[in-house]
Amino acid sequence: MTAHVLSQLRSLEAESIHIFREVVAEMQRPCLLFSGGKDSIVMLHIAAKAFAPARIPFPIMHVDTGLNFQTVLDCRDRWVERLGVQLVVASVQDAIDRGLVREEPNGSRNRIQTPVLLEAVEKNGFDAAFGGGRRDEEKARAKERVFSFRDDFGQWDPKNQRPEIWNLYNGRVHQGESIRVFPLSNWTELDIWSYIEAENIDIPDLYLAREREVVARGGMLYEVNEFTPLREGESAETKSVRYRTVGDANLTAAVESTASTLREIVEETAAVRLTERGATRGDDRVSEAAMEDRKREGYF
Amino acid sequence: MTATTETTSFAVNPERSVDLLRFATAGSVDDGKSTLIGRLLYDSKTIFEDQLESVEQVSKDRGNDYTDLALLTDGLRAEREQGITIDVAYRYFATPKRKFIIADTPGHIQYTRNMVTGASTADVALILVDARKGVLEQSRRHTFLATLLGVPHIVVCVNKMDLVDYSEDVFEQIRTEFTEFASRLRVPDLTFIPVSALVGDNVVNRSDNMSWFDGSPLLSHLERLHVASDRNLMDVRFPVQYVVRPQSHDARDYRGYAGTVASGVMKPGDKVLALPSGLETTIAAIDTADGPVSEAFPPMSVTVRLADEIDISRGDMICRPNNTPAALQDIDAQVCWMDETAPLVKGKKYAIKHTTRWARAMVKEINYRVDVNSLHRDEEATEIRLNEIGRIQLRVTQPLFVDPYRQNRQTGAFILVDESTNRTVAAGMVGGLPHSA
Repeated sequence: MTAHVLSQLRSLEAESIHIFREVVAEMQRPCLLFSGGKDSIVMLHIAAKAFAPARIPFPIMHVDTGLNFQTVLDCRDRWVERLGVQLVVASVQDAIDRGLVREEPNGSRNRIQTPVLLEAVEKNGFDAAFGGGRRDEEKARAKERVFSFRDDFGQWDPKNQRPEIWNLYNGRVHQGESIRVFPLSNWTELDIWSYIEAENIDIPDLYLAREREVVARGGMLYEVNEFTPLREGESAETKSVRYRTVGDANLTAAVESTASTLREIVEETAAVRLTERGATRGDDRVSEAAMEDRKREGYF
Repeated sequence: MTATTETTSFAVNPERSVDLLRFATAGSVDDGKSTLIGRLLYDSKTIFEDQLESVEQVSKDRGNDYTDLALLTDGLRAEREQGITIDVAYRYFATPKRKFIIADTPGHIQYTRNMVTGASTADVALILVDARKGVLEQSRRHTFLATLLGVPHIVVCVNKMDLVDYSEDVFEQIRTEFTEFASRLRVPDLTFIPVSALVGDNVVNRSDNMSWFDGSPLLSHLERLHVASDRNLMDVRFPVQYVVRPQSHDARDYRGYAGTVASGVMKPGDKVLALPSGLETTIAAIDTADGPVSEAFPPMSVTVRLADEIDISRGDMICRPNNTPAALQDIDAQVCWMDETAPLVKGKKYAIKHTTRWARAMVKEINYRVDVNSLHRDEEATEIRLNEIGRIQLRVTQPLFVDPYRQNRQTGAFILVDESTNRTVAAGMVGGLPHSA
C-alpha cells in the first residue's frame, strides 16, 4: 500500500465500480443484463460493491431462452436472494408462442433472443443496460465503447459511436434511445477467473471439471442431457469436462479438463491456447463476421 | 509456429504483484503498427491457436509469403476489406510483470480524434517511424498529440530496420532529428528502440542483428517503465460521484460520498474542504465493500464518510483546505474537435462535463487554431473543424473546480457535448499549449 500502486485486478475493479456509479447517477432507469454466465455474475458482484452498504439500485434482467442449464438457474436465484435485487425475466419461449420470433432451424435461440431483449428493454423503459461483454472476447468487440450508443431500434452502428476520452462518459440519449454499458470492457478471461478466485465468487458448477457423459459432435463435446440427447448411431462416453462459457444448453460444448477448483481453472486459463468462444460456442463459428452482424442487430 | 502450452507465472498470484500499464500506438497503414502489435501479442504468447490458424489461412489465401500478423488486430469488416484501421481498438496482453492495455489507433490526420482518445488515458505513447522514410510529418503530429494529452512517456520504435541493413547510422540519424523536434515540445521521457516488427528484432527478443544497440527490447522496456510516480499524489481531488444512502433499517443513518480518487492520497482524520460550499470537516472513514481502508489514492473507487453533516451532492469536489482547485467560470482551454457534422464556432453553447459535473458552456472566443503538422498557429481562425486543435475561451454557467491539465489529467480535462445531437464533440484541456514555442 505504501507505494500507492493498485494491482491490476483492483484497478479493473475500481474502473468497473466507477462505471456503475456513473450510470446510476446519470441515467433514468438502468438494468443489468444477467445471463447466468461468469461474466454477468462478476458484473453483479461488482455492482453490489459499488453501492454498498446500500442495495443495488436497479433490477437485473434475464433473457430466458428456455434452454438453460438448471444449475445456472439455481445459481441465478441464489444471487437474487442474496442481494435482494429485483429480477425481470424476458421469456424467449413466450415470445415464440406469441409469434414475435420464430424458432431457427438449427435450434439456436441465440439470434432470436435479440428481439425479445429489445422488446423487454422498451416495455420496461430501460434507458441503460449493463452487459458483461469484454473487448478481449472477439475482434468486433475490441472497438466497442464502454458506453455503447443504441438508436431507437436498439441497433449498434460501429461508424457512429461517441468518442470516449479519459473517463468522461456521455450517456445522454433522446427519448427511445438507450445505451449499453460494459463495465468489464477491459477485463480478460484470465482476469475474470483470477477475480472469481480472489473473491471466492459463487458460480454455476458447470464451470468446474467433473466426470460427465458426453458425445463428440463436429469436433466438439456435448454433454448428454435433455437438451442434447444421443442421436441415432452415436455413443456416449464419460470424460472429465468443464464449460468455459455457458450459453444455450443445446449448443454449448464442454472442453476436456481436469480443472475442478478455481485455482486450477486460473492455471488452465493462463495456459490454454484457444479462445473461449472459438472453443465452445457453435453459434459463433458461423463466420468471421458473425459477432459483428449480431451486434448490429442489437445483440450485446 | 508450433502451439505452446507454457503456463505463464502471472496466474499464480494475480492479486499483488502485477500492475497495469496503458499504452497508445499511432501509426498509418504501412508503417507496420499492426504488425508490431501482432508481434507483441504473438511473441508474448497471447495469441490463441484458433486466432493464429485463421490468420495463417487468410495469409495463405492472399498469397502472402509470411503470416500477416497485422490481421490479428484489424477488427471490423470494413477495415479488413480496405486494409485500414478506422477506430480505436483495445488489445490486452500480460506478462509475469505487467498487464498491458493497448489503445491501437490509426495514424492518418483524419483520425486525430481517435489518437486523442487513445492517448487520453495512456501512460506511454508508442510512435512508429519507418527507418527508410525517417521522421515524417505524421511522426511529428503523433508526438505533438501525445504531449498535448500529457502522456508522460514516449517510445519511438524505428521500425523496418531489416530493410536498412540494420544500420546504426540510419537509426542515429533518426534519433537526432526526432530529439531535435521533440525538444520544442514538453516530452518528459523519450526512448528510441530500433526494431523489425516483421522479423521480430528487439520487440520481445533482443536482436542479434543489432549488437550496436545497448538498450532494451520494446517489451522489457515497457515492463520496467516506472509509471507510479507519474500519478499526482500531491493534490487531493475527490469528485463526488454518487451519494450512498441505504434505504434499509440497519444502515439508515449511513451517508457516504462515493467516487474515484482523481489525485492525492486521502486518509481518515484528514481535514477536508468541500466545493462549492467551502465548508470544512474531517474524513471520518473511507469505506469499500470489503471494509474500511487506511488510505485512498488514484484510481481507487471508495466511499468517504465525513465527521460533520454538510450538504454535498454529485458534482461537488472534496479537497484539502490549503490545496484547492480553482473555481472558474471562465476557462482557457485547448480543444480537439471530434464532430464531423458541425464545427466549433464562436457564440455556440454546449453541454460540458468536467469530472462528475455537468454544466453549460458558451464559446466566447477562438484564440487560434493549431496546424497539427507544422504547429503553426492561425490566429485568424473563426472555426475549429473535425480533427483540428484550437485554443478557446469558454464561459460556463457555474464554476468548475479545475487544475491545469499539465498538473492534473483528471481535473484538467473536460468534454463538450452537442445539446441537440447528444454527440461528444470535443475533448478539452484546461490551460495553455504543452510547449512554450
